[in-house]
Amino acid sequence: MADVNIVDVRKKYGRTEVVHGVNVDIKDKEFVVLVGPSGCGKSTLLRMVAGLEGITDGEIRIDGRRVNELPPKQRGCAMVFQNYALYPHMKVFDNMAFSLMLAKASKSDIEQRVKRAAKALAIEDYLDRYPKELSGGQRQRVAMGRALVRDPSVFLFDEPLSNLDAKLRVDMRAELKELQRRLSRTVIYVTHDQVEAMTMADRIVVMHDGVVEQVGEPLELYDRPANTFVAGFIGSPAMNMFPATVRRTNGAPQALTDFGVALPLPQGAPALDGQRIVYGVRPEHVVPCGENDGVPVTVSLVEPLGSQTAALVRFSEDSPEMQLLSAERLTVRPDEKIWVRPALDQVHVFDGDSGVRL
Amino acid sequence: MTHSMSVDEKVPNLEEESGGRFVGWMSRIGQRNWGKDPEEPEGTDYLVSLPRRVVTLWLPLLVFAIVLLFPFYWMVLTAIKPNGQLLNYQKYSPLWVHGPTLSHITHLLFHTDFLTWLGTSMFVCIVATAISLVVSVMAAYSIQRIRFRGSAMVGNLIFLAYVVPPSILFIPMAQVMINLGLYNSRWALVVTYPTFLIPFCTWLLMGYFKSIPYELEEVALMDGATRWQILRKIVLPLAGPGLISAGIFAFTLSWNDFLYALTFISDSDKKTVPVATLTNLVQGDVYQWGPLMAAALMGSIPVVIFYSFFVRHYVAGMTGAVKE
Repeated sequence: MADVNIVDVRKKYGRTEVVHGVNVDIKDKEFVVLVGPSGCGKSTLLRMVAGLEGITDGEIRIDGRRVNELPPKQRGCAMVFQNYALYPHMKVFDNMAFSLMLAKASKSDIEQRVKRAAKALAIEDYLDRYPKELSGGQRQRVAMGRALVRDPSVFLFDEPLSNLDAKLRVDMRAELKELQRRLSRTVIYVTHDQVEAMTMADRIVVMHDGVVEQVGEPLELYDRPANTFVAGFIGSPAMNMFPATVRRTNGAPQALTDFGVALPLPQGAPALDGQRIVYGVRPEHVVPCGENDGVPVTVSLVEPLGSQTAALVRFSEDSPEMQLLSAERLTVRPDEKIWVRPALDQVHVFDGDSGVRL
Repeated sequence: MTHSMSVDEKVPNLEEESGGRFVGWMSRIGQRNWGKDPEEPEGTDYLVSLPRRVVTLWLPLLVFAIVLLFPFYWMVLTAIKPNGQLLNYQKYSPLWVHGPTLSHITHLLFHTDFLTWLGTSMFVCIVATAISLVVSVMAAYSIQRIRFRGSAMVGNLIFLAYVVPPSILFIPMAQVMINLGLYNSRWALVVTYPTFLIPFCTWLLMGYFKSIPYELEEVALMDGATRWQILRKIVLPLAGPGLISAGIFAFTLSWNDFLYALTFISDSDKKTVPVATLTNLVQGDVYQWGPLMAAALMGSIPVVIFYSFFVRHYVAGMTGAVKE
């Protein structure tokens, strides 16, 4: 059993606090992704779990045991770094065998375990080579193999795919997920790429400025973001968000944006008349419609993506632009006037001051 | 200090190229192709005419080479010149030798204790270098990696120790050597040379250790290595060029030391090469120039051999690069 409990953990460098009271509970065999923009503290948190950074306050428990004071090798974790960090003066075999050699395992034991890990990652042919003779993707596999050989309870990944080209990244994502499923280990994975988070995670932890913004399953974060930050971070292209004031007249409630356009609100929206809100709707949930059904807009830009079409529209000359993503081909042209409406059940309402979901 | 001029392979070898062009120019002189070779443009080289190149490149190089190499030439010349020619400049040109002789060298090797002096120098330098390297590695590693409280201050103190010149220290040092009973023995040198070798080597190695990615040590920590194992199995193998640089520098510095060797050793057969050469081959105001220069020549050979062996690694060490 390898749960990881992060309880009220803080990290200070001198007088600057960079991680402010983070609480996350990771269950055994779960694939948890820590995601957030650069500098949000996700790597620092990972390193605190690994034991490479001290914990200023709070507690981290692995498998029910408090590990704050334990050195890295006694925590049962193995880490894969962004820059692979392979020992350049050792062959691939020795790189992978290093930890076992330090633990004074028998030669046959070492050989067996290294070969098994190499087979799982398809790097058996490279065992005799030096790291500088390998490509980026191969080096990444060796780094993973090195972690695999140690048979840890928790795998830690620190942005492992960031240095790979786009196509390789997609392939490796699938492989990593498949590997984790097969091995059934707890994985904590750090990335700044929300696509990686969405595709690989059982649960996602969104971090921002040293605080956890939301924890949940990928679709939960997509469907019900807890605040404007999560709403704007998850999903690509990003959600359209407009500050507005609620107007509840006799008919359907509306949100009057600051640039003067009335957008429809769902009937049960928990906002009072006159309340300041942020109106959010994802580009894929804004659909073209007929003249009487929606809001008139002018097309600024059309981006045909093949099966989808992205379009930027504006409400008036000086209004902010809204992004559309249509699943079908749209035969619109720039400067054309069309009507659009947001799907009412996909409208998100956030508090105007705090950004918290209402 | 001897070292070769340019080991950087990326700089084009202008000498060879220009030499070829010069010949080509000479052969085309009838065609009035003044310095421009249309078949070999390289960057804006085509803009630099030959007369300009002579002035900006060849002349300075020539002057530089003459100034640097002349002392060695003189040294070799004097070492093999018979006494008669050495003393008579009216009749014999000082820049050439007629009928070179090995008598100075044989006199040096067989009629003086030169080989003993050589042995003493080698012993002292090798042992002092070894001690300094071991201590510097440990000092540099702990200051650079183990961020203990006050590590920055310790680093600065080590540099300050280097700043104090031996010309102030040698008198109190002599007293210390007498008190320790090491006066007039080679051990006095073995013990005092590290006082100026360690600061320098530590500084060099600190810079070199900084270039080794810290992630490698973090991975090793997670693999279960102790600090000691990390140093032995990861850092030192990767710091090879840096160690070689530090070693060569330390060896050269200790080989060339004069003041401490002069002060701490009085028996003629226990002296090191620089001191012994001076005290034995110069009697009063009589300078035995032939043997003196022979001694200088023979005394610089070990260092030259060391350098030529390791110069490739030495340069890599100076630039402090670890290839991933």
